[in-house]
Amino acid sequence: MEKFKKLKSIPSYLSLQNIDTDMIIPKQFLKTIKRTGLGKSLFYEMRYDENGKIIEDFILNKDPYDKSRILIAGKNFGCGSSREHAPWALSDFGIKCVISSSFADIFYNNCFKNGILPIKIDEQTVVELSEYSKRKEEIEIDLEKQEVKYGNKISEFEVDLFKKKCLIEGLDDIALSLEKISQIDNFEKKIKANSPWLLKND
Amino acid sequence: MSKTLYDKIWENHLVHQQDDGTCLIYVDRHLVHEVTSPQAFEGLRLQNRKVRRPELTLAVPDHNVPTTDRSKGIDDEESRIQVETLRKNCKEFGVELFDVNDKRQGIVHIIGPEQGFTQPGTVIVCGDSHTATHGAFGSLAFGIGTSEVEHVLATQTLIQKKSKNMRINVNGDLSKGVTAKDVILKIIGTIGTAGGTGYVVEFAGDVIQRLSVEERMTVCNMTIEAGARAGLIAPDEKTFEYLKGKTMSPKGENWKNALEFWKTLYSDKDCKFDKEINIKGQDIEPLVTWGTSPQDVSPITGVVPDPANEKNEDRKMAMERSLEYMGLKANTKISDIKIDKIFIGSCTNGRIEDLRLAADLLKGKKISSNVSAMVVPGSGLVKEQAEKEGIDKIFKDAGFEWREPGCSMCLGMNPDQLKPKERCASTSNRNFEGRQGRGGRTHLVSPGMAIAAAINGRLTDVRKI
Repeated sequence: MEKFKKLKSIPSYLSLQNIDTDMIIPKQFLKTIKRTGLGKSLFYEMRYDENGKIIEDFILNKDPYDKSRILIAGKNFGCGSSREHAPWALSDFGIKCVISSSFADIFYNNCFKNGILPIKIDEQTVVELSEYSKRKEEIEIDLEKQEVKYGNKISEFEVDLFKKKCLIEGLDDIALSLEKISQIDNFEKKIKANSPWLLKND
Repeated sequence: MSKTLYDKIWENHLVHQQDDGTCLIYVDRHLVHEVTSPQAFEGLRLQNRKVRRPELTLAVPDHNVPTTDRSKGIDDEESRIQVETLRKNCKEFGVELFDVNDKRQGIVHIIGPEQGFTQPGTVIVCGDSHTATHGAFGSLAFGIGTSEVEHVLATQTLIQKKSKNMRINVNGDLSKGVTAKDVILKIIGTIGTAGGTGYVVEFAGDVIQRLSVEERMTVCNMTIEAGARAGLIAPDEKTFEYLKGKTMSPKGENWKNALEFWKTLYSDKDCKFDKEINIKGQDIEPLVTWGTSPQDVSPITGVVPDPANEKNEDRKMAMERSLEYMGLKANTKISDIKIDKIFIGSCTNGRIEDLRLAADLLKGKKISSNVSAMVVPGSGLVKEQAEKEGIDKIFKDAGFEWREPGCSMCLGMNPDQLKPKERCASTSNRNFEGRQGRGGRTHLVSPGMAIAAAINGRLTDVRKI
């Protein structure tokens, strides 16, 4: 997985609350068997009209926001379905950091598996950042220090330490868990002894 | 120390815990479908990894499959490739598959319980947010992303942190016409779509206890719509009765031992929840959603709310956007809203009891001439049972289409979609913008309310049918 340490970009702001994963990437794009290529369909129904023509005044279609790598959005971002196509689409578009006052659990988790940093920060800071985004000036994310820098201001954010480590070092979850294979083996032995009905064919 | 049901299941599945609280938990049952699994199997292949316990995973195509005659295969090329990819992956990695024309095929959350694959006290996951459905059996069941699907396939475990405990108590009596669907819509309307974020919810109280196992599935199914990844209900005699004799349920000595263990699965009397919510059964009316979020609920006797009365600016804006998308004016009587389409089905309301209830109300009546209506049974076995009982005939005689099982119009990945501005009374779980088709307008309702709308051609109080 790509490592995440620092990120500088002009942020885009989507003022909606409860942006669901159906909005982020509609169903017709879930038929892919790949992880890549979804960026052009990100926020499809907001970015393109019924005839597939670009809607000029949608934020991510406007210069310089079309090159944003940071997205600021209203609360409860990523609610709805578990589709990992949502972070895949964001990442493929170029967005590596989403800032909101709250996220839906599954989406939040899925981000970390794909080198995207979701930043949960207080509502007041989200408002300030959304205002700041109008300046079309870069802001900076420093994951190591857990800071967002905008203008001469710095806001700190919280992040789970293990998730932070995985992101900074680009660690593969599965390889990490496979290091605990003997513990998994032992656990299965315990199931076999105590609740054999759970291990089918055993 | 007294524990909640969630605490007990969590502790039973703890393989390893780091100092920072990050845990590795064991997964007993893994369900897989065609949409969120291809990249996971591909990941295994690229890393030369195997499926650790193929016999603990069960696969089924459901999201993409057409609900019309499919004996000749799937027309849509991408859908066909996805279903074929699932078939190929299951064969290569040794995972059991209920294929498209297998009568056990159906929606992943309907076939699990139907087969006895779902069992109390287990950890069950699936790359689908409605996995919470299985919590109705007293299991910890939640949706995961594709990377986690790959993780489970490779290790039979997941990296997790423990959630907080919430209990939602529904006590009292439900009035006539009020169903499990109304109970869960009421809960979502009360706590909001983010109300459960960070929690595992236990549903309790005498109303919940009186619900049948299938009704409990309807309640747990939509827990994610309140933001909680998992919702569960302590198993009881009804649960055990439901599971007895199912194909994959424990047998003989195993059954006896399992039963003894299952009876220990409840929250201890004096245990503490981080949050408790109380809802009175008699306060629940037949409900319908008016907006584009499942929390936008109104009693059928109510009116479309007016954003002008909303004080919070962001909420006001969201309401205005919803009303514009839904083509509704504030203060319109809900029962004056005309409907074009009726959809009965989905993992929320596609089980045999749902179809029985609907057919009972529909018997001898016709659907309104201005609606088109379809029933999509949740599985091949539900369909077979319904046909045995003559339920298909009641639907067809009334003017409904009787389809093959799958997710269908709940998310419209297959050809079953709404056209722009088409308005649907749907027994599914999400009314998001574009969910059932671009520009489509969804009103979430119970099966009974869907029948009432079908007969009258507008949203209608089921108690008046």
